[in-house]
Amino acid sequence: MSNTTLENSATAMMPRRRSGSGGKRRFTWGKATPYLLIIPAILFELLIHVVPMVVGVWMSFIQLTQFYITNWLEAPFIGFDNFKVALDFTNPLGQQLAESFGLTFAFTVLTVGVSWLFGMSASIVLHRSFRGRGLLRTLFLIPYAIPAYAGIITWKFIFQRDTGLLNEFLVNVLHVTGDAPFWLIGDNAFWSLVIVAVWQQWPFAFLMIMAGMQSIPEELFEAAAIDGANDWQQIRYVTLGLMKPVNAVLLLLLFLWTFREFNTPFVLFGARPPDSANLLVVTIYQSSFIQWNFGLGAAMSVLLMLFLILVAALWALWNRRVRRDA
Amino acid sequence: MKIRFLAAGATVAAAALALSACSPGAEPAPTPTDADKPYAGTVLQYWATNQGSSLDNDVEILQPELDKFEELTGIKVELEVIPWSDMTNNTLAAAVSGQGPDVVNIGNTNATTLNTTGAFLPFAGEDLAAIGGAEKFYESAWETTGPAGVDPTSIPLYSQVYGLFYNLALFEEAGLEPPTTWEELLAAAEELTDADAGTWGIVAPAGTVNVAMHIQYIFANQAGGSPFTADGEPDFVTDENVEGVRQYLDLMATQKVMNPSNAQYTDGGQATADFAGGKIGMYMAQTGNVNALRANGMEPTEYGVVPVPAPRGSDQVGSFIAGTNISIFEFSKNKEAALEFVKFMTSPEESEILNKAYGTLPPVRDVPATAFEAYPELMDMWTEILADYAIPMAQVPTVSAYQANVGGGVVGLFGNAATGSTITDDDIRAMLTEAQQKMATG
Amino acid sequence: MHESRSFRAFRWIVLVPLILFTTVPLYVMVTSSIKPLGDVQGTFSWIPREITIQPFIDIWTTVPLGLYFWNTVVVATTATACSVIIAIFASYALSRYSFRGRGGFAGVVLSTQMFPGVLFLLPLFIIFVNIDRALGFTFLYQTHLGLIVTYLTFTLPFSIWMLASYMDGIPRELDEAARVDGTTAMGALFRVVLPAARPGIIAVAVYSFMSAWGEILFASQMTNSATRTLSIGLQAYSTEVNVYWNQVMAASLVVSVPIVVGFLILQRYLVAGLTAGAVK
Repeated sequence: MSNTTLENSATAMMPRRRSGSGGKRRFTWGKATPYLLIIPAILFELLIHVVPMVVGVWMSFIQLTQFYITNWLEAPFIGFDNFKVALDFTNPLGQQLAESFGLTFAFTVLTVGVSWLFGMSASIVLHRSFRGRGLLRTLFLIPYAIPAYAGIITWKFIFQRDTGLLNEFLVNVLHVTGDAPFWLIGDNAFWSLVIVAVWQQWPFAFLMIMAGMQSIPEELFEAAAIDGANDWQQIRYVTLGLMKPVNAVLLLLLFLWTFREFNTPFVLFGARPPDSANLLVVTIYQSSFIQWNFGLGAAMSVLLMLFLILVAALWALWNRRVRRDA
Repeated sequence: MKIRFLAAGATVAAAALALSACSPGAEPAPTPTDADKPYAGTVLQYWATNQGSSLDNDVEILQPELDKFEELTGIKVELEVIPWSDMTNNTLAAAVSGQGPDVVNIGNTNATTLNTTGAFLPFAGEDLAAIGGAEKFYESAWETTGPAGVDPTSIPLYSQVYGLFYNLALFEEAGLEPPTTWEELLAAAEELTDADAGTWGIVAPAGTVNVAMHIQYIFANQAGGSPFTADGEPDFVTDENVEGVRQYLDLMATQKVMNPSNAQYTDGGQATADFAGGKIGMYMAQTGNVNALRANGMEPTEYGVVPVPAPRGSDQVGSFIAGTNISIFEFSKNKEAALEFVKFMTSPEESEILNKAYGTLPPVRDVPATAFEAYPELMDMWTEILADYAIPMAQVPTVSAYQANVGGGVVGLFGNAATGSTITDDDIRAMLTEAQQKMATG
Repeated sequence: MHESRSFRAFRWIVLVPLILFTTVPLYVMVTSSIKPLGDVQGTFSWIPREITIQPFIDIWTTVPLGLYFWNTVVVATTATACSVIIAIFASYALSRYSFRGRGGFAGVVLSTQMFPGVLFLLPLFIIFVNIDRALGFTFLYQTHLGLIVTYLTFTLPFSIWMLASYMDGIPRELDEAARVDGTTAMGALFRVVLPAARPGIIAVAVYSFMSAWGEILFASQMTNSATRTLSIGLQAYSTEVNVYWNQVMAASLVVSVPIVVGFLILQRYLVAGLTAGAVK
């Protein structure tokens, strides 16, 4: 994204400014504008994100347990010891962390992928106006309006083995199987988690994609139609093509958020999720914060952050190449 | 048009910011006026836990007592009721920042952990005498305040114990007597279990981590052992601890008197709802469950309570002492007034009133558990369990780690048992070994 | 605008499952909200055995729902207004200008998305408390303002990022056309870019509002009984005595109604921007 604006600015803005009317004053003001615009945002970011993050990283290098909570400046500096514990794969804690990592990755890819697919499909299908479109769009956004806690609890009821709607339907109505399966424990728990996460997330993807799609001028579709493109080709070249910037950012952010998902597994499975659905942030929370070992928790969080930085860097590289081709 | 909208938005934002900046802060202002009321005029801040049926219910119960206290001493108490989901975080934040209330309730399983933080006032010497001394309380309840030899930083307020609830109608129909040994319990449960009809001998929230820890602790002690050595070090991989897990797990895994679906129950309420449904024979639950059952439509006339039995020949441990304690923050500027308040809250008169309102047991000696006065048998039973069958939870700073690692491990095993795996003793040992290894990282 | 048959089929293949997927849990929520507590966790039945509207009455007393609702409205609206205003300026700069440090800013914005919230909590809390101590009165801790400021930090990065992407999609020719006419950069922003970016602004405003509306972790720390918000308030239906599931569902439905109505109204504004025709 930064590259596009770089290119555009270089070609479009600079010559314009130089040839425009007004002298030195205009030029200075023009140069100062971006900084003025950004300053409020930076101030907030510094105070509320950057400083706590730095403190958080510092916490990972000290032995911050219940014993030092009240005088945390005196907690002993232990360098990378917390990290060593977290990455020690011979210890069950390290093993659990590694397993969690893999599971969370799979969960994230699945959830984001399916949510995006649903959002894109619904946006395409609801792009052109027809009677009831407004109602349908609102209907699809309702899960986004409902407090997450209530939504997840509802799914918990649905997934109950004996009293839930899903088994009632599968066993008593469809007669798919005689023995009611478990959805909240065992291997199925992973899929239950994905289903609930998608249910909550796809309306948001739908909203963002819808907004982006509305900015595509209608003329482009008409022009493509005149050129002989059918509906599918129009979608592929016009819609998807022009949505690339929005989609790219949306996918990255959804990935980052989903990877850090905490509420959904915590409310669905309680303090000890089943092994198949043991997501990373829950593991971090349970093996450190709950046990009052904040230094260890901070270290594991830093490791998480490093991985996500890697993901973002890879994304930036891919994005840059995509833009160069486009 | 857009500018107008933005200007409007900015004005709204500015106004809201200005409005929200004016929030009251509590400032202590001790100005003694009366010799009888040396701390009159002081304002205390008190964080109470949610013990009643709603946050408002807690205010309804506590406010009259706080008004009474103000009349007696001239000390005003500002009350905040905190939901349990936030309590640990809020207490932690207060301890870290040095900013918070003067007095706070804590769950007594956290007592020793919080003791080690240094954030709370130790009750020793004069301060201990100021609240009435240790002799005021039942010995068993007093032991929940911390390890021997260490000054306690919390005082017992409301006590709860586990009991075995049993469905009177089902027992009568099957001609069964309430069990006095674990073997009798298993026999009764097997008699009552009819999976096809949906009747089960026993229910338990098998997916709940803290209950799993509680039960494992009780059963391990029945077998004569403990998860911790005398020095407070974790020692999980012992026969007694394995037995502690085995006895609980077998209900589902071996005797099959517990519905495998119970492995999904991540909070006690789900098990309570089941028991109230009338198709369950027995339920191990705490005192407060009486109120919960009532809210689910089951009256004390429909069930009886006996101590949780032990296997023949084992130690007669029926429960550990659960409940809520009260603490004073070390950073409080009104320590003397706070001590007065704690003394008031644990006075025999107040102990009876509050425990009656909450359906819990008074930890203060010779105070009747009037919450149950309508059901004298029940009242006697709870008092008996508290006095004779209950032991304190291990008073070690790593209790929460024990809960997360062993409790969590037991829940994991239940999940496996429910989905059909057989759990061998080696599996249990492996789980306990893993839990122990995780403790070392803490 | 002729739709091929395959496209029409595609429409149904997409819509029907999505409609079912969305509505079935909603149905469960609605029926749970009108059942007596014992039935909520009991054996499932498509039609509730017993219907009662008592939960809808009780929700206002079990928990001070009205107060929490008001608190949440205040906090979410303010955070959204501030977030959108700041984001508009910042994303305009990001989209239209090149300046040194912009890469760094983008990096910082992105990095904030990578830290688990739990870790922010303690340091942020300490910062707020110390600011209050320095100022001498309760300015941030457990006030509306403290929560608003906290939420701004969540919503700003995404808002700026997304809005900048939307703005990237608005052809620069529009700005230039306006500038040639003699307006300043700010004028170009307000007169030309913003109207064209309206769908993006709406989307970002909705996101900011909903994030503040549903945030749990920080609200649990930064509020007291006077400033508590809905997301925490809902958890308070889980009391010591019981969890009032039917009331949780009832309360959730009640507080969602205004939001859904809002969505319905906003439909109108999620329409094609004014880019078309402007360049000509």
